[in-house]
Amino acid sequence: MRFERAHHHTWRKIKSGLVSTIAFVSALLVIAPLGLVFFHLLVNGAGSVNWDFFTKLPAPVGAAGGGMVNAIVGTLELLALAGAIGIPVGVLGGIYLAEYGSARINSILRFLADVLNGIPSITWGVVVYGLVVLRFKGFSAYAGGLALSLIMIPLILRTTEEVVLLVPNGYREAALALGVSRWKTIVHIVMKTASKGIITGILLALARVGGETAPLLFTAFGNRFWNHSLSQPIAALPLQIFTYAISPYDDWHRQAWAGALVLVTGVFCVNVIVRVLTRGRAASVV
Amino acid sequence: MTTPERTVMEDVDQPAEPPPADESAPACTFRVKNLSIWYGEKRAIDNVTLDIVSNAVSAIIGPSGCGKSTFIRALNRMHELVPKTRVEGTVLLHGEDLYSNDVDPAIVRRRVGMVFQKSNPFPTMSIGENVIVGLRLNGVRDRKFLNERLEKSLRMAALWDEVKDDLHKPGTSLSGGQQQRLCIARALAVEPEVLLMDEPCSALDPIATAKIEELIYELKAKYTIVTVTHNMQQAGRISDYTAFFYLGRLIEFGPTTKIFTNPSERQTEDYITGRFG
Repeated sequence: MRFERAHHHTWRKIKSGLVSTIAFVSALLVIAPLGLVFFHLLVNGAGSVNWDFFTKLPAPVGAAGGGMVNAIVGTLELLALAGAIGIPVGVLGGIYLAEYGSARINSILRFLADVLNGIPSITWGVVVYGLVVLRFKGFSAYAGGLALSLIMIPLILRTTEEVVLLVPNGYREAALALGVSRWKTIVHIVMKTASKGIITGILLALARVGGETAPLLFTAFGNRFWNHSLSQPIAALPLQIFTYAISPYDDWHRQAWAGALVLVTGVFCVNVIVRVLTRGRAASVV
Repeated sequence: MTTPERTVMEDVDQPAEPPPADESAPACTFRVKNLSIWYGEKRAIDNVTLDIVSNAVSAIIGPSGCGKSTFIRALNRMHELVPKTRVEGTVLLHGEDLYSNDVDPAIVRRRVGMVFQKSNPFPTMSIGENVIVGLRLNGVRDRKFLNERLEKSLRMAALWDEVKDDLHKPGTSLSGGQQQRLCIARALAVEPEVLLMDEPCSALDPIATAKIEELIYELKAKYTIVTVTHNMQQAGRISDYTAFFYLGRLIEFGPTTKIFTNPSERQTEDYITGRFG
């Protein structure tokens, strides 16, 4: 080989430049919608995000002002309910997959969890409508929380399993060799080592279901006032946005924009927290 | 098999029972009789019988895959972590059968500590927490007792002077050799009767290795030590007894000086002189 074929070199440079340009443009295309959505929300919604928005109940049609405090609190309540069911079931299930069970059964469970992750979220709303709402003859916060938790469980289960599997076996062996029991090893050594990853999975699942509208249509139903009992219909930010956005009133449209901005900002904040949490990832293994 | 449910505190307060005096010297910590171990269909250990002498260093040597790690792990039932293992024969620790049905493997491992090839201090814990984690997770809460045991274990592992001002720093901030000594301190903190070491120096540089070897020499005054090594010179330097394993069988076992200078078996000689393995 000599260096005489310089024109090949030039051609290769051109090809390389071409491909990296295409890759760069593709990356821009992926990020652009996020920027556009956020920009649009800011333009249309920022004007209506004020103190009243976070402190006042919705105003009657035609009356100016009002806020969405009931929907914001309602979403937090629904997330708390969903987390109360979804976090323990998801985390324990993930630990079972990673630490116990036979390889064959686990691969079936893993496959089923992936299938569950792919089910359209409105399906969960219908399922809970049939199982809970019809049986107890009413929409309720419980039903909404349950629907959201069913979406969370397979998400949390799979992320927990993956981060628990990342914990090197040497740590399990070291603990067991000290005469520590299996479950204490799992709780105090394995889960502690994987805690950042597990928390990340939980936060991302909460952020995901926090913006869900469809599963709440048949379950939480929405409420224009304060919810005084979890067995009653409850307001939720996405539901309120949906209702306001399809209404014919300009006032409500503005409120819908504001609600969407608040919701997206919330989800964005959760993702930032996750980034901060996982920044020291290399240092602490998982 | 008299007291399978001994607690840590009891282990701590009462030193190891003296080995039965009915034998003529030397006293033995382990008596392994006709031990065979299967992983599924594969027989990893084939009918091994051997006694491990107390307060001495026994080295297990042999080529890769000869079953030395399986053998040493069978001495504290760590090999059971691999699914589908099966054991035949008996392993007596001071006369008690480790594999009797009413024995909890966790109790066995409290009495028979282990140090691994790759140092593995817990990354979420400080140096100090790493040392006492075994006691903590076994229910010891007494701060004063834990602090005493912390210093004692680190001193025994010849690490105290190097880390006494940095006990709150992460265990993973130490150098490789220090991490391995930290793991030894962690194993010593639960006051086992035996210390198993599975190639404890194979990931260390020569200086760190020399420190660990020196430490092993000092520890045998108090502990019975069984170590696996790939390094023939190391076996010659640190051990009093040497067992040569080949293809899951114990080929030869005896005082290290005899194995290295005048082995009875041809295979042993070939291995030691470097003709194979």
